[in-house]
Amino acid sequence: MGPSLGIQIFWFAILGALLTGYAVLDGFDLGVGILHLCVRKDAERRVLMNSIGPLWDGNEVWLVVFGGAIFAAFPRAYAAAFSGFYTPFMMVLVALIFRGVSMEFRGKQDWPLWRTFWDAAFCAASTLATFLFGAVVGNCIHGLPLGADGDFVKSPGFFDLFGWYPTTIGLFAVATFAMHGSIYLYLKTEGELQKRVHGWMWTTFGIFLILYIVSTIFTMTTNRPSIEKFRDYPWVWAVVALNVLAIANIPRAISLNKPFYAFISSSCTIAAFTFLFGMTLFPNMIVSTVDPSYDLTLAKSASSETTLWIMACVALLGMPFVLTYTATIYWVFRGKVQVGKFSY
Amino acid sequence: MDDPVLTLSRVQFALTIMFHYLFPPLSIGLGALMVLMEGLYLRTGDARYHAMTKFWTGIFAVNFAMGVATGVVMEFEFGTNWAAYARYVGDIFGSALAAEGIFAFFLESGFLAVLVFGWDRVSKRMHFFATLMVSFGSIFSAVWIIIANSWQQTPAGYHLVEHDGVVRAEIVDFWAVVFNPSSMNRLTHVVLGAFILGAFFVMSISAYYVLRRRHLDFARKSFTIALVFGAISSLAIGASGHFQAKTVAHTQPAKLAALEGHYKTGAADLSLFGVPDSEAGRLNYAVAVPGGLSFLVHEDFNASVPGLDQFPKEVWPNVPLVFQTYHVMVGLGAAFIGLTLLGLFFLWRGTLFQKRWLMLVFVVAVVGPYLANQAGWVSAEAGRQPFVVYPKVSWTEDNPPRPRMEMAKGDIFLKTADGLSNRKVVGSDQVIGSIVMFSVVYALLFAVWVYVLNSKIHHGPEEVDKPPPASTKPGDLVEAAARLANPAGFSLTETHRDRPDAQARED
Repeated sequence: MGPSLGIQIFWFAILGALLTGYAVLDGFDLGVGILHLCVRKDAERRVLMNSIGPLWDGNEVWLVVFGGAIFAAFPRAYAAAFSGFYTPFMMVLVALIFRGVSMEFRGKQDWPLWRTFWDAAFCAASTLATFLFGAVVGNCIHGLPLGADGDFVKSPGFFDLFGWYPTTIGLFAVATFAMHGSIYLYLKTEGELQKRVHGWMWTTFGIFLILYIVSTIFTMTTNRPSIEKFRDYPWVWAVVALNVLAIANIPRAISLNKPFYAFISSSCTIAAFTFLFGMTLFPNMIVSTVDPSYDLTLAKSASSETTLWIMACVALLGMPFVLTYTATIYWVFRGKVQVGKFSY
Repeated sequence: MDDPVLTLSRVQFALTIMFHYLFPPLSIGLGALMVLMEGLYLRTGDARYHAMTKFWTGIFAVNFAMGVATGVVMEFEFGTNWAAYARYVGDIFGSALAAEGIFAFFLESGFLAVLVFGWDRVSKRMHFFATLMVSFGSIFSAVWIIIANSWQQTPAGYHLVEHDGVVRAEIVDFWAVVFNPSSMNRLTHVVLGAFILGAFFVMSISAYYVLRRRHLDFARKSFTIALVFGAISSLAIGASGHFQAKTVAHTQPAKLAALEGHYKTGAADLSLFGVPDSEAGRLNYAVAVPGGLSFLVHEDFNASVPGLDQFPKEVWPNVPLVFQTYHVMVGLGAAFIGLTLLGLFFLWRGTLFQKRWLMLVFVVAVVGPYLANQAGWVSAEAGRQPFVVYPKVSWTEDNPPRPRMEMAKGDIFLKTADGLSNRKVVGSDQVIGSIVMFSVVYALLFAVWVYVLNSKIHHGPEEVDKPPPASTKPGDLVEAAARLANPAGFSLTETHRDRPDAQARED
């Protein structure tokens, strides 16, 4: 007696789509934040903040909807993960709070100390949020101490949450978003600043590449069970191959002076990582390190079939509107950053 | 409450939700007013309405960002601190939250971009459409969260199912969930409360300008629009509150009894003041209208209304807290009606803006709706205790009918204490840590927000050049000449003290 597998897989895919949307969109917002202190002049910092100014709030909604969707579709996974990751999630919240308000408050006064404080907060918050997201993903891939009752057997300690593997993935996330953000900035800036951003694209790509190799090796050697699952779905290796091609295309596109193509490639890369992350979990929502029989499978954590169908209607009704007006709004703010009367 | 994690988690929820609730109501109220103002601009072409909308948008943007920042916290908090509750009601409560995100958050956050940053990038019509969408998004967001919260108070459209020894509520009828017995009344009430806040906020700042004799044209126009809006909303909310209370009488009689300090079943007085004493089971120092509550509920001064004595003490809420916050809200609501009607009267007489004492009252009065909105919610949620999902109430066939809370196995209800996250996973040290963190962060943000708001108010709206008056009187000619030659902001007719502060250089 449980929902049919199809609708559950559909919702797992929707969650993947929402997470991908968040990572690709807020990825460049957070990336711009990570890079924020690389410029020193006030005018340039305004350019950076205004490159994402109109868009970051709408992009963050993807995370909120992702959270709401997990709550609605897989409540037992939502309950176990959010309570289990209590402290990291609280830290993520503080980071996201400061990321948002620092942009709002920064320009409201002229004093150097005020502006420096909010600049530092913007950068630190963006970096911290990204790192924490990566660490949480790393912990999920590794598996979590899920007990028989569907909760963690204890709250993970500091060294569990920030052990070698999750920290590596956290740093990898920071490098990825920094790269993604720098390509976005290259598209949005002009003149002397843009020339400097060009250099950042190469630097961040280099760091990203190194961490990609390290993370991949680390994942394949210490998390064999997740990778072995790929044996059940061999077509997933095609995604891995396509991902490698996308990654290789980034430097190629940059050197061919096709930055938009590079941005598409880095977006595809992020999408591929999200997809692969989902596949290491599938068909579970949470993998247990205590005992495989305690895994929170899709079936065990899903809502009723009625709820999943109703929510599918909500999603199918709502998301086309969302995509349409989001695209329209992005189009309104196309082109280079123009710092004007209404900017941050 | 002997359980520290329960108390701490409740304190944290109260702290985070009350701080959050400073912001969305203003987004809703001010957003609606901005739609009115920009609509007037489109219709009349008068640039002053345009300047008004721009000014209020600047404040709206900061307020909105605070609302978003503190709102994400709430979504996470259901999972972090109330995991058992999340498992029990995830099907239903989670669905409403997800719908809120898909239908409302994307809409308001997306179009906010055009509203705040798009003045020079889109046509007037497109910008107005964006303002409309942001306002609509904020109200539609309220719809879903109120549906979710109302479902906690009056569950409907569900059935209880057991999986692996864990019981949870699952949707049976989506529309019954949406239109559960209390949702539409409560939604109306909450949105009207937000409209009142928006109105009083605009009136407060406008009255301040009137008192300081600055931006007079802007201030009077803004004040007038807000006054009419506020008066209509204040009257409407009185009616809405009444209908809501009638629903509470039927679905949550213990809550009604606590709201009114009604301990003994029988004809019920409508108390204006009092101090409830739950030990003794009576309302001390009561100033009350005899039979007033009976009349409001049953249209009969002698009708019997169930008292708290119908229910075992363990399901009584904190009666003094519920009673006092409810009375604060109602008292303030009455004051809003009185104040706005008074304002309308003087507006009609043409003397409103000369009454400096009344302008001062309106400057200060903005505290009222903030307080009333919070007090109302405290009353509603504390009145729901000790439950986080309220049991169904059935009525016996007796005369008068007696209420019975259905709390047998197989009935839907959940006590707040049973909604907590697993204590092994979330212990008191973690909750203390997060409470301290939120307190520090929110205190800082509150200070900064007040500071930035104050700064924006002092800066004021941009002056819109008016054509010089058609006149040949000497003073007017000087005025006309002065205004024409005014690029750097000097004026030959206003003193330095009257001038708005020099614009902070943006470039």
